[in-house]
Amino acid sequence: MELNASLSLVRPEVILSFSALGLLLLAAWREQAGRLISILAIVALGAAAAFVISFMMNGTNLSAFDGLLVNDSFGNFSKILIFIAAAISLMIAPRFLENAGAMRAEYPVLILLSCVGMGVMVSATDLISLYIGLELQSLSAYVLASFVRSDGRSAEAGLKYFVLGALASGMLLFGASLVYGFAGSTSFAAIGAAMDAEVGLGLIFGIVFILSGLAFKISAAPFHMWTPDVYEGAPTPVTAFFASAPKVAAIALTIRIVLEAFGSQILVWQQIIIAVALMSIIIGAVGAIGQQNLKRLMAYSSINNVGFILIGLATGTEQGISAMLVYLVIYVAMTLGSFICLMQLKDKDGGYREEFADIAGLSKTRPPLAAALAIFMFSLAGFPPLFGFWGKLVVFNAAVAAGLLPLAVIGITASVIGAFYYLKVVKVMYFDDAADVIVDSDDKVLVWTGGLLAAANSPLGYFAIPALGLWTAYAARALF
Amino acid sequence: MNAPDIPVLSIMLAIPVVAAAICLFVRAELARIIALSATLLNLLLGVVLWINYDPAGAQWQFTESATLFGPIGWRLGIDGISLTLIMLSVFLMPICIGASWVSIQKRIGEYMAAFLLMETLMIGVFAAQDLLLFYIFFEAGLIPMYLIIGIWGGQDRIYASYKFFLYTLLGSLVMLIAMLWMIQFAGTADIPTLLNTDFPAEAQKWLWLAFFASFAVKMPMWPVHTWLPDAHVQAPTAGSVILAGVLLKMGGYGFLRFSLPMFPEASADFIPLVFGLSMVAVVYTSLVALVQQDMKKLIAYSSVAHMAIVTVGLFTFNQQGIEGAIIVMLSHGLVSGALFLCVGVIYDRLHTREISRYGGLSVNMPKYALLFMLFTMASVGLPGTSGFIGEFLSLAGAYKVSTWATFIATTGIILGAGYMLYLYRRIAFGPQVNADAAAMSDVNGREMWLLAPIAVVVLWMGVYPETFLAPIRRDVATIVARIERAAPVGDSKLKLVDPTTARYRVVHGPEKNLAEGSH
Repeated sequence: MELNASLSLVRPEVILSFSALGLLLLAAWREQAGRLISILAIVALGAAAAFVISFMMNGTNLSAFDGLLVNDSFGNFSKILIFIAAAISLMIAPRFLENAGAMRAEYPVLILLSCVGMGVMVSATDLISLYIGLELQSLSAYVLASFVRSDGRSAEAGLKYFVLGALASGMLLFGASLVYGFAGSTSFAAIGAAMDAEVGLGLIFGIVFILSGLAFKISAAPFHMWTPDVYEGAPTPVTAFFASAPKVAAIALTIRIVLEAFGSQILVWQQIIIAVALMSIIIGAVGAIGQQNLKRLMAYSSINNVGFILIGLATGTEQGISAMLVYLVIYVAMTLGSFICLMQLKDKDGGYREEFADIAGLSKTRPPLAAALAIFMFSLAGFPPLFGFWGKLVVFNAAVAAGLLPLAVIGITASVIGAFYYLKVVKVMYFDDAADVIVDSDDKVLVWTGGLLAAANSPLGYFAIPALGLWTAYAARALF
Repeated sequence: MNAPDIPVLSIMLAIPVVAAAICLFVRAELARIIALSATLLNLLLGVVLWINYDPAGAQWQFTESATLFGPIGWRLGIDGISLTLIMLSVFLMPICIGASWVSIQKRIGEYMAAFLLMETLMIGVFAAQDLLLFYIFFEAGLIPMYLIIGIWGGQDRIYASYKFFLYTLLGSLVMLIAMLWMIQFAGTADIPTLLNTDFPAEAQKWLWLAFFASFAVKMPMWPVHTWLPDAHVQAPTAGSVILAGVLLKMGGYGFLRFSLPMFPEASADFIPLVFGLSMVAVVYTSLVALVQQDMKKLIAYSSVAHMAIVTVGLFTFNQQGIEGAIIVMLSHGLVSGALFLCVGVIYDRLHTREISRYGGLSVNMPKYALLFMLFTMASVGLPGTSGFIGEFLSLAGAYKVSTWATFIATTGIILGAGYMLYLYRRIAFGPQVNADAAAMSDVNGREMWLLAPIAVVVLWMGVYPETFLAPIRRDVATIVARIERAAPVGDSKLKLVDPTTARYRVVHGPEKNLAEGSH
């Protein structure tokens, strides 16, 4: 009975696991059915999301498997965002991968397995389940990064990601074992209780190692160095996936472990988070300036944005967490949209371009694409009136409310450095002479999803503010 | 009072946005016409606003309120100060479109769209009654202006566009943090409520500095003015007109709307800073203007000098000074806009801004020389033109606070006469040394239509300023009453009221307007 109740709480993950296995079987017989399997995978994600939404509506807040997992609105909110991001990654991929000769059925299956992992990550309330979810997600991601086997860069990206990811997992495990040793339990609740009593040096070391491992997963400085290489090397739809869904999952996981396990000792972790946040903002901004490759630029941009998101965590307040979730939703829309635009940069021979020189004067040859990319860039930079501004605003508002004025001032001032390279993209597209290498995109899916995301990032997005505020506040409340 | 159920301000904000969207999709000729009609329609609505504005009515009129965007309240409303600045914006916009009619030949649809968006954002800045809404409008103006300078600008347009964007952005971001703090302190982002909130004196200092960082750059005050000459020189003519005419006024408006009434004690404490920077600006930028070889640069530096008189006037804490500062803002918006148009007229013919390439234009371009002279005189502050009224009032106000500051600021007028007359002499008088300049044709009908309306308003403001003072008088009085408790003690030892002349004093105020209406 206990098992049944637990299983019913993880129905979305169960559906995804069985779909992945079923689709894998199907793929064994129909090797070239990549498109069909992608569509079925999207259906499976939809079914899983339907259950998540019903949990969310019912306000479920129950723990499963003797406290290994929890089904609460915070996890469910993250899952919805993850599933949407994964579904978009599935939708945009087929034509790109077909071009690269790599549209195999494993792609959707790996994404589904990764989603199972992420589902476990965001609902984990125990170091063991946390690690299982994280590894399931990571292993799928390593394979996805090297998915285009014929491309040397892709293989290199996969290998780099694997080696450095394994290092990070090692650090995380080392930290987890220290915490277990000093707190006497792997459960977040028990660790939290142990930390109420006293925090010894061993426990602090454990926390530092866990946070370092997680910083790697969310590509926060100073553990960001893999990001540009992997983002550049991986096939663009996979990069879009990396920059969206796993980032949401890892950030949600970080929020949960920090608040539920270490929450009582805010002074212990707050300084670490503040340092990581500011470093990410500054390194992400400065590192991007010299880049010539647009995918590397986006990698630094994501480091930069993670820094802003972490400001919300540094507050440790309910308002801060809610602000982070708002920022995450907008960030997913911005980053997916930017990559969708990059995927449309195709020359007349059908090759994909990703250098600055290729988009010179794009606004003259392909005005709608240039306008969409400009919207995403201004939005990522957080300029009003684009919707990205709202994400930054709520995060800084939370920081001001929590009295972290110096953090807010330094963070917002550093965003001027970031503004420089976002402006550079717009400058190259709008002010420079036309290079005229990019032809019209023949992929209607990209055009439409890109257009919709651009509309969401335009000032029209402001209409979503009340609903977004309501849902994120509801999700954040589950943690307090 | 107009029927309050018609959201005039929202309509004025919506018209340019809709027109901008259409402009992106139609061919060039149609885009020009759509842009012109939209801006003229907005001018018409502006006149409706002006006529229906009741100077003796409620402080905030035409108010609207909607909660579409959660914490960002869509609250609009204007007082007299906003009204005059909105009028300035909608008045200059059709002129800008007209000025770009033939000189802009590439990507016309996008150009018109950028200008129309600018118009919405400018009106939004002056009409917003919500702090966050104000910030969005204030900051969003950077994007279209960045594109205008970068796409349609001159040789060094890219450097200028970056400099413009990053300078002003850095200033405003700190202000955003201050705004968030204020909203949390007061529990509301409603500007009329915040205007009557007393912030603790210690916090005021920091908030004032944060706002100062933004407005001083926008104004621009010395030494953060260096973006302005670059932006002006590189921007297309209409871009310069909007930049000088309206965007610079946002700084002054900010001081008036936020810094003074919200942080009176801090404002009083920082008077020496503001006066000091303004005095340096008046003298230094006037001297710099004197040696410029580029017409647009000269006018750009003169703008910095004029805006310094605005800051002096604003921080006098008395009715005269603040009224004067507002009139200088309006006058400078018209006059410097017109001067940039005058430069544009001859630039379109000879494609150079070099002063020495012209000369003796009064011979072959008499009508042009006449109009140019009028605007030169208005810029110098000749009585009978708008410049005189504003400068006289603000300096008279400043005299009550600091005689020394007034003395130095007044030298700016003498220096102003110097560089403006010197410019005029080199362009309009003297021998016609350049054959191509001597062969230029006089202003045509279109250019006449651009310059003549401004000339009329400049003279109107100079001869009968009451039209423009009446709507702002009560609002300035409200601000003065609010900041009176912190008003500085002046060094001019004025007699309070001399009983022998008291009976000749004209009592200004709403009553007088009522009396006038009954005649």
